[in-house]
Amino acid sequence: MIQAEVTLTNPSGLHARPAAQFAQTAGQFKTTVVKVVKDGREVDAKSVIGIMTLGAKQGTILTIQAEGPEEAEVVQTLVTIVENGFGERREA
Amino acid sequence: MMQGIAASPGIAIGKVLVLADEAAEGKVCVHTDQQQAFQQALDASKTEIAALRAKVSSRSGDDTAAVFDAHLLMLEDPSLLEPISQAIEEGANAVAAVQGTSQALAAVFAQLDDEYMRERAADIKDICRRLIRHLTGSSAVNWEAITEPVVLIAHDLTPSDTAQLTPSIVCGFATESGGKTSHSAILARTMGIPAVVGSAGLLVRIQTGDLAILDGEAGVIIINPDNAQLTLYETKLRQYQEARRNMDVLRDLPAVTTDGYKIELAANIGLPRDVSTALANGAEGVGLYRTEFLFMNRDTMPTEEEQYAAYKAVVEEMGGRPVIIRTLDVGGDKQIDYLAMPKEANPFLGWRAVRMCLDRPDLFTIQLRALWRAGCHGKLLVMFPMISSLDEVRQAKRLLGLAKEELLAEGKQVAQSLSVGIMIEIPSAALIADQLAREVEFFSIGSNDLIQYTIGVDRMNEQIAHLYQPLHPGVLNLIAMVIDAAHRHGKWVGMCGEMAGDISCVPLLIGLGLDEFSMSAGSISLVKQRVRNLSGIQCRQLAEKCLVAGTAEEVGMLVGALP
Repeated sequence: MIQAEVTLTNPSGLHARPAAQFAQTAGQFKTTVVKVVKDGREVDAKSVIGIMTLGAKQGTILTIQAEGPEEAEVVQTLVTIVENGFGERREA
Repeated sequence: MMQGIAASPGIAIGKVLVLADEAAEGKVCVHTDQQQAFQQALDASKTEIAALRAKVSSRSGDDTAAVFDAHLLMLEDPSLLEPISQAIEEGANAVAAVQGTSQALAAVFAQLDDEYMRERAADIKDICRRLIRHLTGSSAVNWEAITEPVVLIAHDLTPSDTAQLTPSIVCGFATESGGKTSHSAILARTMGIPAVVGSAGLLVRIQTGDLAILDGEAGVIIINPDNAQLTLYETKLRQYQEARRNMDVLRDLPAVTTDGYKIELAANIGLPRDVSTALANGAEGVGLYRTEFLFMNRDTMPTEEEQYAAYKAVVEEMGGRPVIIRTLDVGGDKQIDYLAMPKEANPFLGWRAVRMCLDRPDLFTIQLRALWRAGCHGKLLVMFPMISSLDEVRQAKRLLGLAKEELLAEGKQVAQSLSVGIMIEIPSAALIADQLAREVEFFSIGSNDLIQYTIGVDRMNEQIAHLYQPLHPGVLNLIAMVIDAAHRHGKWVGMCGEMAGDISCVPLLIGLGLDEFSMSAGSISLVKQRVRNLSGIQCRQLAEKCLVAGTAEEVGMLVGALP
């Protein structure tokens, strides 16, 4: 299993759109199990509803865990989209 | 007649359309293979949502339609599908399986501390209701077939329902559930659709095809009215529409003189719930949020979280418009027991407002921290009251800076910067306005206290009340000094006392160069009407004459002579 910590930087946190983008990306790795953990609560990273129920806001630290053939790649991909702020425009 | 909560003002008269809630009516899925029925309902729902998305997108734009993208994704989500399939596997009827899962998920969302995320519970309920409608073979409302605006009646309105809401199809709605701040109530006010919510037992009494009168001001629904009631409400409806047209026109117009001089009209508020009234009256900002109400009528200090929640609510609802939050202003006539303020011979000249806050940095810092945090959510400006010297401004700013450092060290989210201003209500501050203007971004003149301190008159004392003269040339010259000093330094000046909302004083204040007028929300439209009929040049000429007038009476005559 591989895991990595990442801090949410986009202003709106894991609201509907970012949560959907996150879940869809995780969903592309069909053979790998991916989880997101926040404050000890764990949800399926491929579930948009699950991710939204984390209520994660800007500044929240998330742990992404993956287990399976593409575990390294999926963790790397998800960390990158979080770090890039889901492409949301950031205030200067 | 049914009573509910008045959620959005106005009168609606029309035929009733009841939106069914199949699960609540105890309907079940009669299909022999429940899993297969569920699959079919799922497919049918997706097709329906995709069509709805296209329709709403072409009518109201992609932003409104985006909710349906979320719905489509949710319908593919294992967190929704798996518990439903499992419940069916264990022998539940598909309707009960969907309903149970819907309630369980909605409960999780309801616990979140973010308003927007909590609202997602409504999306879950929405898609589940759609699934249930297909499972029970009930037909959807055919909105296209509605030719005349209806009075919509439902247990509650789902996001799919509200996306369909347009005044041309729905002239009013009433629901059994919900409160004044529920999503549908807010939307109704935004769209100007009269609404009554929280009317328990409504669905038992009313059915599709009934004639109904809905009074969104009184929170009343009259089912199948008699002729007298109908005539009465038809008149009321006409009057309301007329008044509304006038208000609407004015609300969306800027406060600008005939020769193009623009001022800003803002509202004074005491509680977060005052914001909706401010916005409804066309306030361009909050010029004074009196935080002391948060501290009154209780036994202990409000915590940082309580204060943060209140300030955040205001800046969020004002949606990017400026909100000036005045730090705690107690003492004088506003006593708070738990702060153990000593009895004083002259409380108006005593240990109050920023004087007390600077002596009690422990409690002041709690407020400053809450302000920094709330500043992330909109345009928040901080204002210190009762400033009499430069030292006080510097001390208050130092504490404000320390509060930010504290928060950053704790890893908390804070606003990048906060615009800082002070109240000018003590003559010494007005006289050193030049020096003060270097330290702050704006001034707000507290005219009530400035008049009282300048003339040395207690306006509550009836024997000398006639000496309390807003138009006293001494007061006017002080105001002129303050405005000129600020403008020399490129800073702006507002006023948040009663004078700012007094239409007889408005031309003079415009002439003196006041930039922002903050008043009770109810005065905004009157003041705006006055401003829009004034000429800026005439106002300046008036101000010049008033500044050299000898008495308040002379000023009054000059002001009164203006057309």
